[in-house]
Amino acid sequence: MAATEKARPLREDSFDSEFLDNVLQQNEYDTENVIMILQDITARYNYLPQEALTYVAERLNIPISHLYSVTTFYKTFSLTPRGKYIINVCTGTACHVRGAEKIKETIEQDLDIHDGETTEDLMFTLDTVRCLGCCALGPVITVNEKSHGGLDRKQTSDLIEQYGKEG
Amino acid sequence: MSRLESQKDLKSHREQLQKQRDPNQPLISLCAGSGCGAYGTEEVRDALESEISQNGLKKKVEVKVTGCHGFCEKGPIMVIHPEGTFYPQVKAEDIPEIVSETLVNKQLVERLLYKDPVSKKKLSKEEEIPFYSHQYRLIFGNNGLIDPTNIDDYIAMDGYSALAAALFNISPEEIIDTIKKSGLRGRGGGGFPTGVKWDSCRKAHEEPKYVMCNADEGDPGAYMDRSLLEGNPHSVLEGMIIGAYAIGSNEGFIYVRNEYPLAVKNIDIAIKQAEDYGLLGKNILGSGFDFKIKISRGGGAFVCGESSALMRSLAGKVGRPRAKYIHTVEKGYRDLPSTLNNVETWANVPLIINRGADFYASIGTEKSKGTKIFSLVGKVKNTGLVEVPMGTSLRTIIYDIGGGILKNKKFKAVQTGGPSGGCVPEQLLDLPVDFEKLTQAGAMMGSGGMIVMDQDNCMVDVARYFLEFLQEESCGQCVPCREGITRLLEILTNICAGEGKDGDIELLEELANTVHNLSLCALGGTAANPVLTTLLYFREEYLDHIYDKKCRAGVCKGLFYYEIEEEKCNGCHVCFRKCPQEAISGEKKELHTIDQEKCIHCTICYESCKFDAIVIK
Repeated sequence: MAATEKARPLREDSFDSEFLDNVLQQNEYDTENVIMILQDITARYNYLPQEALTYVAERLNIPISHLYSVTTFYKTFSLTPRGKYIINVCTGTACHVRGAEKIKETIEQDLDIHDGETTEDLMFTLDTVRCLGCCALGPVITVNEKSHGGLDRKQTSDLIEQYGKEG
Repeated sequence: MSRLESQKDLKSHREQLQKQRDPNQPLISLCAGSGCGAYGTEEVRDALESEISQNGLKKKVEVKVTGCHGFCEKGPIMVIHPEGTFYPQVKAEDIPEIVSETLVNKQLVERLLYKDPVSKKKLSKEEEIPFYSHQYRLIFGNNGLIDPTNIDDYIAMDGYSALAAALFNISPEEIIDTIKKSGLRGRGGGGFPTGVKWDSCRKAHEEPKYVMCNADEGDPGAYMDRSLLEGNPHSVLEGMIIGAYAIGSNEGFIYVRNEYPLAVKNIDIAIKQAEDYGLLGKNILGSGFDFKIKISRGGGAFVCGESSALMRSLAGKVGRPRAKYIHTVEKGYRDLPSTLNNVETWANVPLIINRGADFYASIGTEKSKGTKIFSLVGKVKNTGLVEVPMGTSLRTIIYDIGGGILKNKKFKAVQTGGPSGGCVPEQLLDLPVDFEKLTQAGAMMGSGGMIVMDQDNCMVDVARYFLEFLQEESCGQCVPCREGITRLLEILTNICAGEGKDGDIELLEELANTVHNLSLCALGGTAANPVLTTLLYFREEYLDHIYDKKCRAGVCKGLFYYEIEEEKCNGCHVCFRKCPQEAISGEKKELHTIDQEKCIHCTICYESCKFDAIVIK
């Protein structure tokens, strides 16, 4: 399973082959476990650094193009660094019907970023997700693993401000 | 935890567990499903455990942190047994009073009781509450009594007794026969007869065979599978082991979407505990049957709910479906025979083995047997997970169980079946919910999502919304889906922006039929349903948008404006204060007006006005 360390961006001088070897080991160097391998790497770095992908492709003896096609197909993967706080606004049907668009707009305005983008200070990334499975609480957002339900515009703004202050 | 080496071992362990439980001992069941989790159930639990400890009640009261109770609108939910006292929306600050009044003094805390919105009465017992009393919670009802991280809870409730019976007293062919006779059909949306699927897989020639659980639950608005996996994971495991035994498989997978971390955690714990007890792994219960289960997490793709795409994803590949001339029961994962069933389908299996095919077939309609769990969400008062016999009407579900429309607004439609389904209008509310009847009306039962919409929802926008979703999720390999959905979306976006033109509707219909008939898989094949059903039942909204450039529901920006009605406005000044653009002017106790130049149609004033004085024009 994923490392419990806090996610941090990959620095050029901190290529951690030991960590990657561990991930590959835990996943039995099995190419069928590629998705989970990539998820474990994402949990550590908050995105998929190119060096990590090249390393994994080499160790698994698969073409880098295969990894590239998998990372660009599935939504949980990002090839660019993401924020410390990943905000997922649920735009599933139930939340949509209860006004999720307004919540998304509020966050876009407050943080000056669009859906899919990260703030310049790498604090926040805004993503939309189609259904977190908390449909009765709509509209729902998650900030990293924590869910917040039943939001209106003001509560959303206050929440984002709170996270910003925590730094 | 010692290994159970035989059917007898399991039985004695169960009897021992049942003896240990004093039915008169107070038991507090606290819901910690993801829904209540988002409402802060963790703080409630901490406060409860602390208060109980401080009052020296640790040995006298049992606290059970369970999975989803179903009445998600009212979370966090607490039920105190044996009385069945129901406390909704519990906060940490309520705990001291609950402990001192209800636990110690056996008195109800009146202010915390549930108030029925129809009768206006306060109800103290779970079973009295209409939301629950109209349901038939055969599968989901156990959630409130089981700690999903403790296998003993499941065993004490006769868990794994069906597995023992299957392994020792019934042959694989007889098991398949029973499932066939029960009439169980896939609960993931396809509705394929489960017994027939298992039979085909059993008869397939190649080995090894695989058994899988589809826990991808991609339909936005549906979360039944999540709650079953979080709350009663062993029911799913037991079903899978029985199925594997019947089919002749020794290896299984549970493919869970990545967005369900609690479900992944709980099923992982369940698998480990089942293995410790010898209910999973080698030589299960001393029967000689081996079966192991691996969890595989999805990468985030709706299309991976489709069986062939799922199996490719399991193999670490990109999840693109293939044309299914040869079914996955013959060539599935690694091109070998694979049986894929939905979470809820698997959870029904132990029930059928224990209570018999005849009992199961006595519930439901002629062609749709058993119960179904629905996620009743949207503009309905009582949102949550609802389990009813197949054949229950939409009206019963939405009004008797759901309590009717939020804020008493006017019902407009109920969307069933997710992005593959359709919108059912008011005139069809008495339709019974089963596989056949909804399909005949142009909708689809699907995996069980039921999204209620009211007068403030625009049906053209709803169709556009689903197409936007499907366009993102399309794998892209076939032209009808990739290009067809894009063009449908373009036309609808234009219509919603007030740029619809004569001929658009006919073009939508023609395109929709092309996408429907020629797409490679069911994603494209059903993509047209939201458009086609909204065109069928809500054509006038399309005409309004295209010819009058009006959105009467007040959703499509630029196609409506707000106006304050003189007769209803009493100058309460609330809208003035809330308007983010300072577009409203007026003195207190006098008629207010909206400056249309400044208004950005954010809907805040419309929603804040308690006198319905702001109208959509």
